[in-house]
Amino acid sequence: MTAEEATGKDNDVQATDVAQPTDDAQAIEEKTHAAKPIEEQAETDPQERSVPKPAFTDAEAGAKVFPDSTARTHNYFTPKKRKASHYEDVTVEVQPDPRHYLSQGWLYGFADGRGGYPLEWTAMKAWGVDRPEPERFPGSGGKGYDWPAHGWHEFRDPNEEWELTIYRYNANVVRQINQNIETARQAKAFEQWNPNWVTFVERHVGAWMHVEHGLGLYLFANAQRRAPTNMHNNAISVNSMHKLRFAQDLALYNLTLSEEIEDFDGAAHVATWNEDSAWQGVRRVAEQLTGIDDWAEAIFAANVVFEPLVGELFRSNLVQQASPGNGDFVTPTVVGAGELDYATRDLRYTKAMFDLLINDKEFADHNKQIIDQWLSVWVPRCITAARELQPLWSQPDSKPPRFEDGLDRAKSRFSGLLSELDLQQPKELTQ
Amino acid sequence: MSRQSVAKAHEKIQELAWEPLYHEPVSQYGTDYTFQKAKKRDPLKQVLRSYFPMEEEKDHRVYGAADGAIRGNMFRQVQERWLEWQKLFLSIIPLPEISAARAMPLLFRTVPNPELHNGQAIQMIDEVRHSTIQQNLKRLYMNNYIDPAGFNNSLRNFQNDYCGTIGRQFAEGFITGDAITAASVYLTVVAETAFTNVLFVAMPAEAAANGDYLLPTVFHSVQSDESRHISNGYATLLMALADEGNHQLLERDLRYAWWNNHRVVDAAIGTFIEYGTKDRRKDRESYAEMWRRWIYDDYYRSYLVPLEKYGLVIPHDLIEESWNQIWNKGYVHEVAQFFCTGWLANYWRMDPMTDKDFEWFEYKYPGWYDKYGAWWENYSRLSTPNGHHPIVFEDVQYQYPNRCWTCMVPCLVREDMVMAEVDGQTCTYCHEACRWTDVEAFRPTYQGRETPNMGQLIGKREWETLYHGWNWADVVSDMGYVRDDGKTLVAQPHLNLDPKKMWTLDHLRRCPPLQSPNVLLNEMSPDEQKAFHANYIRGGPAGRPAPADA
Ligand SMILES: [Fe+2]
Ligand SMILES: [Fe+2]
Ligand SMILES: [Zn+2]
Ligand SMILES: [Zn+2]
Repeated sequence: MTAEEATGKDNDVQATDVAQPTDDAQAIEEKTHAAKPIEEQAETDPQERSVPKPAFTDAEAGAKVFPDSTARTHNYFTPKKRKASHYEDVTVEVQPDPRHYLSQGWLYGFADGRGGYPLEWTAMKAWGVDRPEPERFPGSGGKGYDWPAHGWHEFRDPNEEWELTIYRYNANVVRQINQNIETARQAKAFEQWNPNWVTFVERHVGAWMHVEHGLGLYLFANAQRRAPTNMHNNAISVNSMHKLRFAQDLALYNLTLSEEIEDFDGAAHVATWNEDSAWQGVRRVAEQLTGIDDWAEAIFAANVVFEPLVGELFRSNLVQQASPGNGDFVTPTVVGAGELDYATRDLRYTKAMFDLLINDKEFADHNKQIIDQWLSVWVPRCITAARELQPLWSQPDSKPPRFEDGLDRAKSRFSGLLSELDLQQPKELTQ
Repeated sequence: MSRQSVAKAHEKIQELAWEPLYHEPVSQYGTDYTFQKAKKRDPLKQVLRSYFPMEEEKDHRVYGAADGAIRGNMFRQVQERWLEWQKLFLSIIPLPEISAARAMPLLFRTVPNPELHNGQAIQMIDEVRHSTIQQNLKRLYMNNYIDPAGFNNSLRNFQNDYCGTIGRQFAEGFITGDAITAASVYLTVVAETAFTNVLFVAMPAEAAANGDYLLPTVFHSVQSDESRHISNGYATLLMALADEGNHQLLERDLRYAWWNNHRVVDAAIGTFIEYGTKDRRKDRESYAEMWRRWIYDDYYRSYLVPLEKYGLVIPHDLIEESWNQIWNKGYVHEVAQFFCTGWLANYWRMDPMTDKDFEWFEYKYPGWYDKYGAWWENYSRLSTPNGHHPIVFEDVQYQYPNRCWTCMVPCLVREDMVMAEVDGQTCTYCHEACRWTDVEAFRPTYQGRETPNMGQLIGKREWETLYHGWNWADVVSDMGYVRDDGKTLVAQPHLNLDPKKMWTLDHLRRCPPLQSPNVLLNEMSPDEQKAFHANYIRGGPAGRPAPADA
C-alpha cells in the first residue's frame, strides 16, 4: 500500500459515526452507541419482551441505622470552608499523590522512570515538597504524610469550574454572541462602518484570533498535563477552552462580516498575522510563551504579564475604545466576551493560585525570587510587543485615546495586579 | 442565530492554525514514531459555537434524570448487590477520564498536524466533563443510597486498594511513556474504540436491570462523546501507518494495549456484570456474549481487520487468546472469585451467590458449577462471623495466588503463570503476554531497535509487599477502610447491615499475618522457585491447589 492510500482515507472513519455539528448533532451523538442494544433486543424477541422486574429493596438513605449510615461527606480531604463545596466534591483527589494516599506509587513512567505529575515540572514550591517522598518497602505499610501532605493541594479554583459550570457558561456566551451578531445583521448595523474601520476589523481584530488560538492550545491545553493537582489542571483546561472558544468566536464573526460587508476581506487577518510588522512583536512573544517549559511560569507569564500588558491593551484600550466612535457597536460585544473570560474568570483563578505560592509558609521567598526573574524576562518582552502595536492607534478615522495613555492604563492595571499579589514592580516596567 | 453553514464555519476555523515563525512551542514528550508533516483534515468538524450548547443540552437531560431519580425514590428499588460494586467502579473511573484529558497534549508536538489539535482540545474538555459528571453521580449515591461507606472515602481508597491499582493502569497508561503508545494506541485506538462499549454501554444496561436508571443516563451521555474521540485516534493511526518505519512499533503497541486492556477491563467489568447483578433472566446476555458482540465483532472484525490492508499487523493470536480466556478458561469467574476471597482488603460489600445465580451461571457457562459452585457455597457459609475466619484463611481448596507484575491482576489461570527475573527480582506474570510486556516491550530497545522513548513499569506493583508480615486489623486500619464506630469494616462478604452480623477489626486481629507471595518467592532458592512454579501451574481451576503427587 502507499502512503496516499492510508492518508487519503483519513476522514473515512470506520466503525464510528462522526458527529456533525448540525442542530441535531446531539441526537446523532447520543444515538451512536447507546441506541444499539435496545434496537437489537427488539429484533431478537419481538413478541414477548423480556424485561427485568423491579423489586422493592428499600436501599434508600436512612432506611437502617448502622456504622457509617449517616457518614455522607467525603472524609479524605479538608474542605476549604466548613462544608465541602459541590466543586470540591467532584474535583479534589481525583489525581492521586504518592505523598499521601498513593501507597504503591505511580505504575507507569516515562523513559526516565518518572511517573505521574512530577513536582519538579515547575520551579515553584509549595510547603512540604522538600520532605522526601515516603518510602515504601516490604512491610513498610502504606501510610504517607497526613493529607494534604503539601501545599499544592490547598488550591481551589475560585470559579469552582466543573462540568455543569463549564457548559452553562460557555453555552451562554456563544448564544449571546450569536444573538448580538444576528441582531446587528438584521439591523444592517455593519453598513454604518466607514471603510477604514472595515479594514481595521478585518485585519487587526482578525489578527487577534491567532493569539487566542495559539495560547489556548500550546500554552494552556499543554499546561493542563503538568500541574500537581486536579484542581490546577482542571482550572487550566477551562482557561484553554475560553481561549479556543474566543478564537473561534472571532473567526466566525470574521466569516459573518465577509458575508455581510461587500469589501470585507476574510483572509486579511492571516496576512496581517504573518506579515504586518506591527503584529510581529505580539507574534514573537506569543510564540515565546508557548515555548516555556515550566507550567507555572507559562500560566503566570500569560495571565499576569501578557494579558494585562498586551491583551487588555489591544482589546480594552484599543478595540473597545475605538469601536463606538467608528459606528461599531457589535465588535465590542464579541471582544468583550473574551475580555470578560479573562478579567473575571481566568485571572481570578490565576491570582488564587499564585497568591498561595507567594504567601507559602515555607517557600514564599523562594517563589517570589523566581517570580521576580520571570517578571524581568516577560515584562520587557511584553512591553516591546505592546509598543510595536502602536501604529494601529492611528488607523481608524475616529481615533481612540492616545497610545501612550492606553499603555499607561495597561501598565497601571498590571502594577495594581502585582501589588494585589504582593509582588514588586520590576524596573523594566518603566521602559 | 446566524445561519452560516456548518461546512463553512468549519472551513473558517481551519484558518486559526499557524506555524511558528520565531520560536517553536516547547517539546516535552517523546516518541519513537515518525510522522510526515502533511496537510490533514480535522476529522471532527466540531465548532465550539455548536459544541457548548449541544453539551449543555445533554447536561439538562442528565441533571433532569438525577432530579427525577431522587424524587421518584429510585433507591427503593436499587439492588445493593449492584450498587456496592459501583463503589469500586466509580472510585476508579474518574481518573482514567481525567487522564484522557491530560493525555491530549502528548500528541501536540509528536503529531505535527495542527488540524488534529482542535479535535484533541475538544476531547480534553470532554474528558473533564466525564470525570466530573461521574464524580457527581458518585456523590449522589453517597447522599442517597443506604450505605455511604466506600463512597465517602472512595478517592482515598482507590489509591491504595489492590483492585483500584489494577484499574489505575487504565489511566496511567494514557499519560506516560512514548507519547503515541500512550495517548494514541493505548488510549484512543484500543481503550476508547474497543472497550468503552462494554464500559459505558453494556455496563449501564446492567445497572438499569438492577433498578438504577441514573447510571445509564450519565454513561450514555459520556459515551455519546466517544465517537469523536475514536475519530481522533483513527486519524492519528492512519498517519502513523503512512510511515513504514512505524509498523513494528504499532505491532508492539497494539499487542501491549490489547492485552492489557483485556486483562484489566475484562477483569473489572466482567465481574460487575456477571457477579454484581440480580438479573438472572436466561435471555439476558452474559458478559461473554456481550464481549463477543461489542469487542470481537464490532471492534476486531469491523474496525481492526480492515486496517490490515494499510499494513497494520493485528494481534489475531492475542484476540483469540482473550476470547479463549473468557470462554474456556473462566477468566471473569476466576477474577470475581479472587475479589471475593480478598474482600477484607476492599471497601465495598460483596454479596454471596444463591441457587438462582448458580442456575444462571450453569446455563450461560456450562460446567461452571463443578468448578466454582463449592467455593461459592463456602463463601455463603463463611459470610457472617461465627467463630471462623474470613474465607481466605479457611480451608476451602483455594490457593492464594501470586500477582502479575504487569497487569497486577493475580495469576489466576494457574496453568498460564510464567516467571522471569527482571531488574534483580523474580516476578510472576499471569500470562506470557504480560511477561512479554514487561520484559520485552517496555524496554529502551525492542527487537534490536532503539526505543529510547518507551516508558517503564514502575512502582511497588505487588499490593501485598507493603503489608508483608502485618496483622490484618492493622492493614485495614492503615488503608482507612473502617466505619465511623472505629471498628466495623467497610467491606463485608454479605449485604446484611445488622451491626451484629458485620465483621470488625476484632475479627481480623485474630487472623494469621499477611504474607506477600512475591516477598516469599524471592526468599526461595532458584531450585525452590522452579519447584514452586511447577506446582503452581498444576493448580486450578477455581484456585484449587495442585493435586498431591500420586
Ligand atoms: Fe471519557
Ligand atoms: Fe474519551
Ligand atoms: Zn473517546
Ligand atoms: Zn498479567
